[in-house]
Amino acid sequence: MFYQRIKIVGFGALLLSLCTNVADAQINVFACEPEWAALTRMLGGDLVKVYSATTAQQDPHHIQARPSLIAKARRAKLLVCTGAELEVGWLPLLLRKSGNGNIQPNSMGHFMAADFISLLEKPTVLDRSLGDIHAAGNPHFHLDPYRILQIAEALALRLQKIDSMNSALYQQKLLNFTREWNQAIAQWEQRAKPLRDMRIVVSHDSWIYLEQWLGLKKVATLEPKPGIPPSSTHLSKVLRQLKQNPADMILFASYQNDKSARWLAKKTGLPSIGLPFSVSDKENLIQWFDQLLNQLLEIGS
Amino acid sequence: MRKALVTAAITATILNSSLVFAESETESIKQQLNALKKDYEQRIHALEARLLKTEENAKQANTKAQQVEGKLEQSNTSRSALTSRNNFNPAISLILDGRYGSFGNDPEAYELPGFALGGEAGLGDKGLSLGHSELIMSANIDDKFYGQITLALAEHEGATEVELEEAFIQTLGLGNGMTVKAGRFFSEIGYLNKQHAHVWDFADAPLIYRGLFGNSLIDDGVQFTYIAPTAIFLQLGSEILSGSRHPAAGRSNGIGAWTVFADIGGDIGIEHSWQLGFSHWQTNDIEGRESGGHAHEGGAAETPSFSGDSKINGLDLVYKWAPNGNPKNQNFKFQFEYFVRKENGVVTMLDSGPPLEKTRYNGDQKGWYAQTTYKFARQWQTGLRYDQLDSNNRGSDTDILAEAGLDNEGHTPKRYSAMLEWLPSEFSRVRLQYNRDKSYEEADNQIFLQYTMSLGSHAAHQF
Repeated sequence: MFYQRIKIVGFGALLLSLCTNVADAQINVFACEPEWAALTRMLGGDLVKVYSATTAQQDPHHIQARPSLIAKARRAKLLVCTGAELEVGWLPLLLRKSGNGNIQPNSMGHFMAADFISLLEKPTVLDRSLGDIHAAGNPHFHLDPYRILQIAEALALRLQKIDSMNSALYQQKLLNFTREWNQAIAQWEQRAKPLRDMRIVVSHDSWIYLEQWLGLKKVATLEPKPGIPPSSTHLSKVLRQLKQNPADMILFASYQNDKSARWLAKKTGLPSIGLPFSVSDKENLIQWFDQLLNQLLEIGS
Repeated sequence: MRKALVTAAITATILNSSLVFAESETESIKQQLNALKKDYEQRIHALEARLLKTEENAKQANTKAQQVEGKLEQSNTSRSALTSRNNFNPAISLILDGRYGSFGNDPEAYELPGFALGGEAGLGDKGLSLGHSELIMSANIDDKFYGQITLALAEHEGATEVELEEAFIQTLGLGNGMTVKAGRFFSEIGYLNKQHAHVWDFADAPLIYRGLFGNSLIDDGVQFTYIAPTAIFLQLGSEILSGSRHPAAGRSNGIGAWTVFADIGGDIGIEHSWQLGFSHWQTNDIEGRESGGHAHEGGAAETPSFSGDSKINGLDLVYKWAPNGNPKNQNFKFQFEYFVRKENGVVTMLDSGPPLEKTRYNGDQKGWYAQTTYKFARQWQTGLRYDQLDSNNRGSDTDILAEAGLDNEGHTPKRYSAMLEWLPSEFSRVRLQYNRDKSYEEADNQIFLQYTMSLGSHAAHQF
C-alpha cells in the first residue's frame, strides 16, 4: 500500500517534470512581422518556437486584434516587432487583452526593433493632412541589411537574457549569423552594382531603406500622400512627369493594390514589379534578400 | 590587362633590339624572359590579393562607421525625446459626429411594441443634428495599470450635456492571462456592446439593443477576464456591477447586477477568422426602472416603472474574411446576435390614479439581428442588416401592460437596413443609410447621411 503510494507519487512527479520540461524547452516568440520571425529563427534555432502575426501578403498596419492573435500573445515569452508606430492600430490592444506580463512595454520580453537603430524620414511637421505619417520615422527598415545586423545583435542579447541557461548557444548563433550575413552583404553589393542610380517609381514610400542601400533614385510616388490611394489627377501628373523625365521601373509591394502601378506601366511602357515585402514561411532572410535582388536585376538589365 | 601590357612591353623590346643574336643566345634570352614573366605574374597576383584584402577592410570599416553613425543618431533622438514633456500626456482622440436624418413618420412617435424603451433608445432628431461628440483620453498609468476616460457631449432639449461614458482602469499583464478592470465601462455582454457607437457599421443600434439596453449596456463595477493558455482563443469572464443604470436602473445598494461571459474564436487558414460568444446578465432587485410608455393622443404619458428581477441570455457570432488575410483593400464581415430577456415583477404606472395602477408582470422578450459588411475597394464599404423582435409578455392586468407599451399589439417588429460608406482615410467616414423600419405598425422610411471623423491618436482595430 505504502509502496504503491510512493510509486504513484513518483510517477506523478516524473510526469510533472516531463510536462514542465516540454513547456520550458522552447521559448515562445510572438513576432509581429515575418522578417522578425525569420531573424529570431536564425538567432534562436531550435531553442525558440516562433509565431508570426502577419504574412508577407498582409499590410502590418491594417491588421485587427483577432482572437487567434490574442491567444498567441497570451502564451508568448518574447514579443519581437518593428515598433515606430507600425503596429499602433492593434498591438497596444493585443497587449492589454493578453493578460501576459512577460511582453508588456518596458519588460524584458518586449522587443521593438526600432529602438535599436536610427530611422529615416523623421517628419518635422506632424499633421494628418500630410497622410498617414509615422512620427518616429519610416518603419520599413527591414530592407536595409546593415540595420538588420544591428537589430540581430540587440535581439541576440535579449534572447540571452530571457533564456540565460542557453546564453552561450545564442552567442554562438549570433557569431554564425554575423559571419554569414556579412558575406551575404558583400555578395549582394557586388551583384547589385548595375542597379546603382537606377530611377524608380514606387507606389508607397516603403522602399526608402532599400533605395539608400542600393543607391536607387526614387523619382515619383503613386500615392499622393502616405496611406492615401492614388487619385486619377495625381496619376496623370506622375505620367506627365515621367514623359519628360523617364524612370527605369515601377516598384510596389506584393501586398499592395497593383492597379495603379499596372495602369502606369501600360501608359509608360515601363516594367512594373511586385516585390515580396517580407519573408515567406518557406525561406530565410538571406534567401529573401537574394530573391529580391534577383527580381530587381532581372527587370533592371 | 596588366599581363597584356607587360607582354606588349617585352615584345616591343625584343623587336626593337637588332636581330644579330645567335640562335643559342636567343634561346637563353627566351628563358630569361620566361622567368621574368613568371616573376611578374606572381607579383601581380600578390598585389591583386592585397588590393582585395584592402577593399574588404575598407568595406568593414564602412560598415562599422555606418553602425556608429546610426547609434550616434539614435542617442541624439533619445535625448530629444527626454527633453519633451508632452510625451507623458495621455493619448487624446476626439470624435466628431453629425448627421442629416429624414423620416417618413414622426420620430417622436416611435415605439417598439412589447418593449418599454429606456436609456438612449430612440430615433434621434429630424433634419440636421449633431451626434455624440466624444473625447477619449487614455494612457498606461505605470507598468501595472492602464486608464481610459470617454466623455460624450450631446445636445438634449437645447442644453449641451456631458455624459461620462467610460472611466476605467485596467491591469496590464497581471499574468496567467488575467485582467481586472474597474470603473465605468461597456459591459462585455454580446459582441456589439463593447464597441463605441462611432465604430458601429450602421448609424443606429440593432433593434434588440435598443429594446433591451437602451442602445448599450454601460455600468459601474469590476470586470475579471481570463484567457486560457490554449491554441484556440478561449476567454472567460465575469462582471460585478452596481446595477444603477438602465436596464437595471434600480436604486439598489451594493451589487445590483452581474454578468458571466465566454468567448471562443480562432482562424481558419489565413483568410477566415471567427468568434462565438455566450453571455448572461442578471439582476434580482430592480427597483423602479422607468421607461417611456405608450403615449396617448393629447394626454400626458404615465410613466411605467418596473420592479423585480431580470435575466438576459445572449449568443453572438462573428465571421470575417479578407483575401490573404489582408483586410486593407477588401474584406467581408458577418455578424449575428440573439438575446432573450425574462423578467418577473410588478409594473406600476407612475402619476396614475389614485389608486396607482399596478400589474404583475412576466416578461418574455427576444430578438436577433444579422448583418454583413463588404469592403469592395480601399475607400468604399457597403452593408446590409436585418432586425427582428418578438415578445410574449403576460400580466395580471393586460390594459396596464398595453399602456406600459409591453403588449406587442400582435405585431412583430422588423427592420431592413442598407448602407454605403466612403472612407477617405482611416480617420474619416461618410455614410449613407436607408432603413425600412417596421418597428411598429406604420412602416417608416428613414434616411441618414452621417459623418464620423476621428482626430488625434490612432484608433484601435478591434475584432
